[in-house]
Amino acid sequence: MDQVLSNLSLLLEFPIVNLKIILDGIMIGALFALAAYGLALVWGVMNVKNLAQGDFVIAGGYVSWWLVQHGFPALLGVPAAFIVMWGIGWVAYKLVISRVIERDLFTSLLATFGLAIMLAQIMNLLFGSDTQSVDLGYKTLYFFDGIVNIPIAKLIGVLMAAALATGVIIFMKTSRMGQAIRATAQDARAARVMGIDTEKVYAFTFSLNSAICGAAGAIIVMVWVIQPFYGISYAIRAFVIVTAAGLGNLPGVIAAGLGIGVFEQYGAHIFGISYQQAIAVLLLLLVLIFRLIQQRRNRQVLK
Amino acid sequence: MKKTTLLTGLLAGSAMLISQGALAASCGEIVIGSAISLTGKYATNGVHAQKGYEYAITKIRENGGVKVGGKCYNFKVIYYDDESKGDRGATLAERLISQDKVQYMLGPYSSGLTKAIAPITEKYQIPMVEAEGASRSLFNKGYKYLFAVLSTSEQYLASAVSLAAEKAKEQGKSPSSVKVAIAVENDPFSLDIRAGVSEDAAKFGMKVVVDEKLPRDLSDMSAILTKVKLLKPDLLIVSGHSKGAATAVRQIKEQNIKVPMIAITHCEAADVTGKFGDAANDFLCSTQWSETLAYKDSLFGTAAEYEIGFKNAYPEYKAKKVPYQTAQATAAVYVYKDAFERANSLDKEKVRDALTKTDMQTFYGGIKFSKAGNNIAKPMVLRQIQNGEYNVVAPSAFASHKLNWPRN
Repeated sequence: MDQVLSNLSLLLEFPIVNLKIILDGIMIGALFALAAYGLALVWGVMNVKNLAQGDFVIAGGYVSWWLVQHGFPALLGVPAAFIVMWGIGWVAYKLVISRVIERDLFTSLLATFGLAIMLAQIMNLLFGSDTQSVDLGYKTLYFFDGIVNIPIAKLIGVLMAAALATGVIIFMKTSRMGQAIRATAQDARAARVMGIDTEKVYAFTFSLNSAICGAAGAIIVMVWVIQPFYGISYAIRAFVIVTAAGLGNLPGVIAAGLGIGVFEQYGAHIFGISYQQAIAVLLLLLVLIFRLIQQRRNRQVLK
Repeated sequence: MKKTTLLTGLLAGSAMLISQGALAASCGEIVIGSAISLTGKYATNGVHAQKGYEYAITKIRENGGVKVGGKCYNFKVIYYDDESKGDRGATLAERLISQDKVQYMLGPYSSGLTKAIAPITEKYQIPMVEAEGASRSLFNKGYKYLFAVLSTSEQYLASAVSLAAEKAKEQGKSPSSVKVAIAVENDPFSLDIRAGVSEDAAKFGMKVVVDEKLPRDLSDMSAILTKVKLLKPDLLIVSGHSKGAATAVRQIKEQNIKVPMIAITHCEAADVTGKFGDAANDFLCSTQWSETLAYKDSLFGTAAEYEIGFKNAYPEYKAKKVPYQTAQATAAVYVYKDAFERANSLDKEKVRDALTKTDMQTFYGGIKFSKAGNNIAKPMVLRQIQNGEYNVVAPSAFASHKLNWPRN
């Protein structure tokens, strides 16, 4: 309790720290948002709750790390991870996901959980269990006596995340495939009747999700660290964000992602960093309770 | 059809085994069991330890084996992969003892797994010499069959506290003016480190200004470092396995944190010098062992000779340092050899009694077990990264270099 109070007083004593916390939160939140964004797509379009989401992120990180180890420039890792993970996503779809789409919730959860364990262990065997990261060697910008600092690498990462998110939104809004994806999400049967090859749409959506995750991972390895078993922390946050924002609400996902990033940073500062993930889950609980109350108020027809 | 091929395969296999045994000049075999992490999150260090065991076994065989009752014996280890999971480790220990009938055990990797296995070996009264479980909670349970060659974990960074006190005195300040910040992972090993540091800090009357626990899946500690920046401690302690080390080094540089002394664990495992270059300079790293130390024995030679011999046997280590995890695994097998020869018997109770009386000098340092089973003859070593090199700076009796202080 003493610690909580002294942490709070630090915030008041040095108000500029708030700015740093918010900036840190936005930077970490942008990457959570990216992973959540892919999850919202897959969840909304094919009703598959992909527990392997975080492991796709980490796999993308390893693609980028591997390229850097073999002498390629680090920034190339992001598009490369996007492409490689697209392929891996497609294979995963054909092998596993396509078989569980029409099944109940439990089957898809189990299947993707199995996929998550497999992926983590494969990465462990391929790359070892050490933590890895890529050092871009860029400078850090300091403001306000060095209390607020923005590593240029982080800035580049956030910009890339933003560019990717914008790209996907535009793609979904304007392209034929984007239209087909949205149509399938609204009503798969009707879409089939209208001549949309939903099987192709599903494969595309899942590959796209995997690719987005891969790009997020490639950014994460430049800014933080990765390890074969880190996937779960990204998966949990992706679920929290999507649940909070709702499906099919892509701008909402981004806002929720940034929000959770800032919220977590505040929580870590005030209650201690060991509560960081607990705070994400607490937020989920609050959102669910709020949603429940909201639904009770405008209760509608029974099915 | 399938059955017959299997049978012939088995027959051929056993025939080969027999012929091999005949070649090994009528030396007997002492079978030791070990559940060790070959997959899962501890796989890297698990494999380091396994190679340490194997190197010792080969070296002992080449030097005439273990002499018991005028006969020679060689060690043979049955390994099972515990997948870095405690419950799996415990099951495998049961299997080794009740199905494979092993009478002796070598330890797994990590305190957590040793904790899972020790109750089993204790139940069956099977001696276990372990080299990779440093948590002090292993040595307050009254175990009688557990022996650890390494220093316990609360000693890992405690020497950094006395070093900080020394520096304060040199500056003409009282050691009690030193402010300490602690950030450790929430696991048994790191919590011991915290306990050791806070006990020693309390002895000097130092103030602990930050005391945080890092989550297991830590990838960001900027919240803690911001506090460090505001509260300006004189000593920062970080322990969170290799991910903690990597995250700390990276973010301390990013946030431009100026603390005169920073001590962390797992520097080599995280390869901080390779990954972050100059950003890792002047960090203090604790280690169980270093190849520059002046320890030696008659089997492996000096610590430096051990390093060379091991690299020749395992060329994949040529480019890096031999990790201390490997050295202490080798020392554990060496302890067994010594105990068997002194017991002059293959009876496990006699060997256990001999183990309790162990008092030997090895390339890894002195080994002498307390009643609780931990090694009390070897101090922890602090090294400082100076221009990318790990140089021993404390304890001063073994120090080869001077401490850079304050770090910049």
